Amino acid sequence: MGIRFILMVNKQGQTRLAQYYEWLTLEERRALEGEIVRKCLARNEQQCSFVEHRNYKIVYRRYASLFFLVGVDNDENELAILEFIHLLVETMDRHFGNVCELDIMFHLEKAHFMLEEMVMNGCIVETSKANILTPVQLLEKTS
Amino acid sequence: MGSQGGFYQSKEFLDLVKSIGEARSKAEEDRIVLNEIETLKRRISEPDIPKRKMKEYIIRLVYIEMLGHDASFGYIHAVKMTHDDSLLVKRTGYLAVTLFLNEDHDLIILIVNTIQKDLKSDNYLVVCAALNAVCKLINEETIPAVLPQVMELLAHPKEAVRKKAIMALHRFYQKSPSSVSHLVSNFRKRLCDNDPGVMGATLCPLFELIARDVNSYKDLVISFVSILKQVAERRLSKAYDYHQMPAPFIQIKLLKILALLGSGDKQASENMYTVVGDIFRKCDSSSNIGNAVLYECICCVSSIYPNPKLLESAADVISRFLKSDSHNLKYMGIDALGRLIKISPEIAEQHQLAVIDCLEDPDDTLKRKTFELLYKMTKSTNVEVIVDRMIDYMISINDNHYKTEIASRCVELAEQFAPSNQWFIQTMNRVFEHAGDLVNIKVAHNLMRLIAEGFGEDDDNADTKLRSSAVESYLRILGEPKLPSVFLQVICWVLGEYGTADGMFSASDITGKLCDVAEAYSNDETVKAYATTALMKIYAFEIAARRKVDMLPECQSLMEELLASHSTDLQQRAYELQAVIGLDAHAVACIMPSDASCEDIEVDRDLSFLNDYIQEAIEKGAQPYIPESERSGMLNISNFRNQDHHEASSHGLRFEAYELPKPAVQSRIPQTLIASTEIVPVPEPMYPRESYQTTMPSIPSDAGSAELKLRLEGVQKKWGRSTYTPATSTSNSTSQKTVNGTSQGDGASTVSSMRETYDSRKPQVEVSHEKQKLAASLFGGSSKTEKSPATGHKAAKASSHVVKSHVPKSSLEVASEKATPAQQPPDLLDLGEPTATSTALQLDPFKQLEGLLDATEVASAVNGAPAASRSPDIMALYADTAAGIHNKNDADLLSGLSNPSVTNMPGTTAMPQVTQSSSKGPNPKDSLEKDALVRQMGVNPSSQNPNLFKDLLG
Repeated sequence: MGIRFILMVNKQGQTRLAQYYEWLTLEERRALEGEIVRKCLARNEQQCSFVEHRNYKIVYRRYASLFFLVGVDNDENELAILEFIHLLVETMDRHFGNVCELDIMFHLEKAHFMLEEMVMNGCIVETSKANILTPVQLLEKTS
Repeated sequence: MGSQGGFYQSKEFLDLVKSIGEARSKAEEDRIVLNEIETLKRRISEPDIPKRKMKEYIIRLVYIEMLGHDASFGYIHAVKMTHDDSLLVKRTGYLAVTLFLNEDHDLIILIVNTIQKDLKSDNYLVVCAALNAVCKLINEETIPAVLPQVMELLAHPKEAVRKKAIMALHRFYQKSPSSVSHLVSNFRKRLCDNDPGVMGATLCPLFELIARDVNSYKDLVISFVSILKQVAERRLSKAYDYHQMPAPFIQIKLLKILALLGSGDKQASENMYTVVGDIFRKCDSSSNIGNAVLYECICCVSSIYPNPKLLESAADVISRFLKSDSHNLKYMGIDALGRLIKISPEIAEQHQLAVIDCLEDPDDTLKRKTFELLYKMTKSTNVEVIVDRMIDYMISINDNHYKTEIASRCVELAEQFAPSNQWFIQTMNRVFEHAGDLVNIKVAHNLMRLIAEGFGEDDDNADTKLRSSAVESYLRILGEPKLPSVFLQVICWVLGEYGTADGMFSASDITGKLCDVAEAYSNDETVKAYATTALMKIYAFEIAARRKVDMLPECQSLMEELLASHSTDLQQRAYELQAVIGLDAHAVACIMPSDASCEDIEVDRDLSFLNDYIQEAIEKGAQPYIPESERSGMLNISNFRNQDHHEASSHGLRFEAYELPKPAVQSRIPQTLIASTEIVPVPEPMYPRESYQTTMPSIPSDAGSAELKLRLEGVQKKWGRSTYTPATSTSNSTSQKTVNGTSQGDGASTVSSMRETYDSRKPQVEVSHEKQKLAASLFGGSSKTEKSPATGHKAAKASSHVVKSHVPKSSLEVASEKATPAQQPPDLLDLGEPTATSTALQLDPFKQLEGLLDATEVASAVNGAPAASRSPDIMALYADTAAGIHNKNDADLLSGLSNPSVTNMPGTTAMPQVTQSSSKGPNPKDSLEKDALVRQMGVNPSSQNPNLFKDLLG
């Protein structure tokens, strides 16, 4: 399955975007987010960007005040996921121009649309920024 | 941006988002959200809400759920929105529905119809939106409703649709492999799609298919290799490049697939050697993504049939990873090392000090990974050191999940490699003492069995010694205050079985201790039961040995208590004990033979010894026994007990039927059969449980996968033993000495180079001596005598390699200086990218939308000097990736930019560039612009949370 969830969480541990690729109830999501955010936020910059949690791993990366956390299966290539996060940020940056936390908050659905293009069924299906952004831009123009 | 058109946002919405963004605590956030729920509950059911307003409401619902509150009151409105004609509104509706509902939700049925309609739409974006929803919302039952349309879409002219259709089919396969088993050939077909995006997506389902059944896909090896070759040779469109790597994510997926296909297959592997070798050579090792691909190459090389040249390249990369300053790379290096030592165990030696550094690193992630590596390289010569360390670590952590894992690993290693029985018992004691409640109960049973059976050698003397030492240690441990239940059970059993066996301890010693246990853990019935049975054994052995039995007073009071216990089990045990004590020596010896726990007990399932008795009874007029399966039909004439039985069984049946609706329908058929004609001799299906088994063949594939998993486990264990046990058996004491000699010399040379690369801060001459000792104990006896010259040679080669790359510190700096300028031109290239994409967009086959796209381009150009504003961002981004860490201080943009470059020591050239660029960086300006935009929209930006405006890439 690969990717189990993608979270964006700020420094205060507040969720800014959450996309799960396996169904969890609201309570389970709350608990999981609380647990892993606490784990990741406690780590310093020198430590690995990977954390093992239960039977999967979390790959995380920090941009300004925002943490991007991706939960992956154990056999996933962590470095590649780390770069996938960067690709996501670069893609959002291309769309929003100097993307910041507030862009994602004001345009939550657009951020989700981009993710929908990039990841399906927990697999990375698209990595070309042009292909990712075309549908989003078309949506913007046609409506 | 985005304030006009479909992305219209009301002031109310902007205010809400801002207040959420500025909330200082979870409590404040909760207050805002609860307030919002009240507002929305009122508003959302008002009549005639404009579409755009409704869309905004739905996004507000998404916010509510995202922040952990229930928004189910609005689900139906999200469902309604999927019917909308407006594309954006529809897609937002689909998005909300996929976020809110799971595939078994009642509302899904209302969406399936919409999805069916949308899959037929002329607008490909509508089709895509529907396919996204299909991937998340369709369950096993609804697959047939959309399957035909999805299959048609596989040949859609738009590549985006084909890609999503493939993923929908993938989803169906995941949900219910049997429902699409006849369609899996479509994945093969789509692999040859003209569009690289579709091809790349198809790799995902193919990977899963191949993982389940390698042999059916061996014919594709050539295709995969040629695709990988083309990707590596940059034949794909530039749009797939990422940091100058050609389509790295596709390369990684392909390497994963090749690893599966080449595993244990020499012929298939030979096809792969060239391309993997090429990637090793071409890969840019200075970027994260390059290293990600290299890591995947190592995984591939260590999975396929070994090739010496590739293994050498892999070892080189690993040593580079391990010597890196980046913890991420060290982590990958340790993982890769763990994979490679399966094939070439000798390479671990070269890296012993790096491994030990990682083991002692304060970073928990790295430490765990290193323990995983040690677990893989354990053998009988180093098992003591490794297990010891593992247990120390296990004691130090609180995470129960990991504690359990590491405990079971300790047990596994101890069982496999224990150098002596004494050590084994001691190790198990430590594990049980500290993690007894976490380990599988089977481990306890295993330990009891091992103590009972001995270690397989025919030396009874050794077994006896083992048991006495176990008894001795347990008596000592019983003094500890709080022991885990499982451990106490083991202790009680062993004390009962062997407590008095060697005559060291008297019966009253042991029984006294057992009574203490039962008293101290009086809440734990299982422990009490074990203790009681142990008492019974001790007394029985005493009686059998014709010694006088004096029951201790505390034991007597315990028995009195248990005879009146609420637990029938405890009561029964106490009564049994009472009865045994009253018997004579001969009878006791028959009931409770000493040390007979390993004797086989033959169970006479037919109870044939009762035949005479039954015959006699029947002759006296008793009713013959009716088998349970035939009893149900005789409901009317049977006596009370029979009826009772039947009811019980039918209850059981009905209960299961609710769980599995499908079989229930079928299982009713045999039941009616039974009811109507009890004469019908259908013996098997009549029995309810049997009928279940017959109605369940709908999941044969599942069984297949379980089988597959099992087989994998078997394989792993096999190498664990077979790779290492031979090494153990040959490494006698003399060989160890020589090896130690070489390894220490090698270690010393590595230390000297290490000290320069690793630590300019830690003064650690003595420490490294300790480490050296640890290294010797971990890696010492790893190679055989015959092999030692070879490894010595290798070590020498490695150390010379080390010297080349690391000893002259200045050369390192020079190298990085070289590396940084090398990275600059790509920046420039990247700057050109916006235009490149715009041309790509124009080339895109949606000619009808050309005008629109041009408008985008113009808009982005107007939007404020994009090229100029972007350059610093991207540069910062490169500094970031090169250092492999993130900005240290987000509070300050400038320091954020400069910090990584400092840690990277990029030399003098890079620094001024970075600072220069950041000084003219427009990020603060941009933030101001955004702030102004928000202000324009009527939201008063407070300075409460300036972070909200910070550029993520800044």
